[in-house]
Amino acid sequence: MIKGLRKSIPYIILTAITLPIVLMYAWLFMSSFAVRTEGLKPLGFTLDNWKFITGWTSAWRRDYPSVWEATLNTLVFAATVSAAEVVVAAATGYALSRLRFRGRKAFLGLTLVLHAFPSVTLLIAIFFILRALKLYGTMIGVIMVKVALDLPFGIWTMKGFFDLVSWDIEMSALIDGCSRFRTWLQIVLPLIRPGIAALSIFTFLSGWSEFLLPFIFIPRFDNWTLSVLLKKLIGDFRFIDYGLVTAVGLFYMVPVLIFYAFTQQYLLSIYTGGVKGGA
Amino acid sequence: MKSQSAVEAVPLKRARLKRPSLWARISARSSAILFMSPATILVLLFFFLPVIVTLWISTTDMSVATFGGYKFVGLANYARIIASRWTGKILKNTVFYVVTTLCCFNVGMALFLSLLTTHINKKAGTLFRTLWLLPRITPSVIYVLLWTWATADAPYGIFNQLLSPLGVEPRNWLTSEPWAIVILANGFVGASFGMIIFTSAIESILPDYFMAAKVDGATTLQTIRYIILPMIKWPILFVLSYQTLSLLASYEYILLLTEGGPGFYTTETWSLYAFHLALSNYFGNVQFGYGAALAAVLVTIGVIVSVLYLRIFKFGELVAEPKIEVL
Repeated sequence: MIKGLRKSIPYIILTAITLPIVLMYAWLFMSSFAVRTEGLKPLGFTLDNWKFITGWTSAWRRDYPSVWEATLNTLVFAATVSAAEVVVAAATGYALSRLRFRGRKAFLGLTLVLHAFPSVTLLIAIFFILRALKLYGTMIGVIMVKVALDLPFGIWTMKGFFDLVSWDIEMSALIDGCSRFRTWLQIVLPLIRPGIAALSIFTFLSGWSEFLLPFIFIPRFDNWTLSVLLKKLIGDFRFIDYGLVTAVGLFYMVPVLIFYAFTQQYLLSIYTGGVKGGA
Repeated sequence: MKSQSAVEAVPLKRARLKRPSLWARISARSSAILFMSPATILVLLFFFLPVIVTLWISTTDMSVATFGGYKFVGLANYARIIASRWTGKILKNTVFYVVTTLCCFNVGMALFLSLLTTHINKKAGTLFRTLWLLPRITPSVIYVLLWTWATADAPYGIFNQLLSPLGVEPRNWLTSEPWAIVILANGFVGASFGMIIFTSAIESILPDYFMAAKVDGATTLQTIRYIILPMIKWPILFVLSYQTLSLLASYEYILLLTEGGPGFYTTETWSLYAFHLALSNYFGNVQFGYGAALAAVLVTIGVIVSVLYLRIFKFGELVAEPKIEVL
């Protein structure tokens, strides 16, 4: 009896400290289907909160882009960031893992330093650089910034995967006269498919969730992503319409949850893998 | 004997491959350029150049008012930081925020969670860790919305609903206790980073140690104190230094939660202050020069600490030469 009690103590403590997280997400779900909630008590079931799917119903939000436009922007942003990140990181990671060239060591060290370096501190200067390049306010500009800022992490992860590939097959291809580029593209890349999948998912989710970069660098609202749209909705209607903002929030969150449910193990391994590289 | 060792000493690769021809060497170099140039351009454009630009702008009086005709002012902006009556408050806020969040959550709670979840049934432990990762993968805007709700005025917020039966006056917790909420919200995200690192460190301790401790009759607390903690001190140091830097620089959650308020600079930290001055015209007067000087302080700290941290965490091993030579 006493032993059983002792055994359950860790579970009780863990449940107690994890409960706030569970309650918050439960509320997010509930509130989006409720007329009103008082704490965790929903008052009245309704689907009205979800009407934004077919367009804004209130005159207040006529100026806002529709949620579908924002979704498309977010999708384009996340997908492009993910694709570009994987291509650039895979090329660089390969070179750092396999080629000997002047500056290799320096670049590798730099990657590690940048990995730890807090890049948010550079946003003020990046604002000026984007303006000078005439890319301020454009999707392509923000995508470039996002890819660049995530690059140290991506390169380090990719290099780790290339390091694990045995180089026998590659060696024989090279001896047979296959060019470096073809060897990379047709022989080595297929071997690290799990790594590419993991990095794609990771960067896609990171792009999908990104708030600060589009918020700062894309003021025009026809380029708003879902994060910026939701921020504006909360900012303007915080004390008016919890139902609406939770519904939009859940809409925004669903892809993340689906991805997370299926790829958790992948993400955990890349997360620790990527960080261990820095350690 | 001698001839035998000479045979062994011939490197295998050299024996098999001839010295690369001039053409092969040129093509090897061009493939390095091909593979490295996209990353190099991005790093130059968005890491190197920004550091220089930050330092440069910080020595000018550039602002919305002087955009056309800004001029070089030397270190005047830095002198202004030292002289400003707000600097003391901002500095105090920043230290308080970083130290409290770091100790209570990013290291403290992370350690607590990883010790508990590795102690219990493996499946249950994974479940708890998965739940604790949720805040990290949730888009920041939604995550902050959850906290705004939890702390909202009666009858909406859960805090009031849970606490008012205990006799606590209902209130809007975000405006009445802004620091507590800012630290809690950041901490619930921050804890998962250390949790993952510590968990994998604890799981990689050989079971023999725990067995031996058990045989000697060590209590759970003694096992933690004398076996686990000494064995994961490097991961702890790593998380400590890494998270100090990220807490110092990050302002996204504070920006979304309180905008540095309520009132004047109540929860404004150094990085948020720089952002407000240079990029957000919330207060009407955007001052690039002054903001850049504030950012430059953080950039300098960031560069020094991240280089130091590489020195501490065995840099040499990580940059070993590649296995394949250029053919």
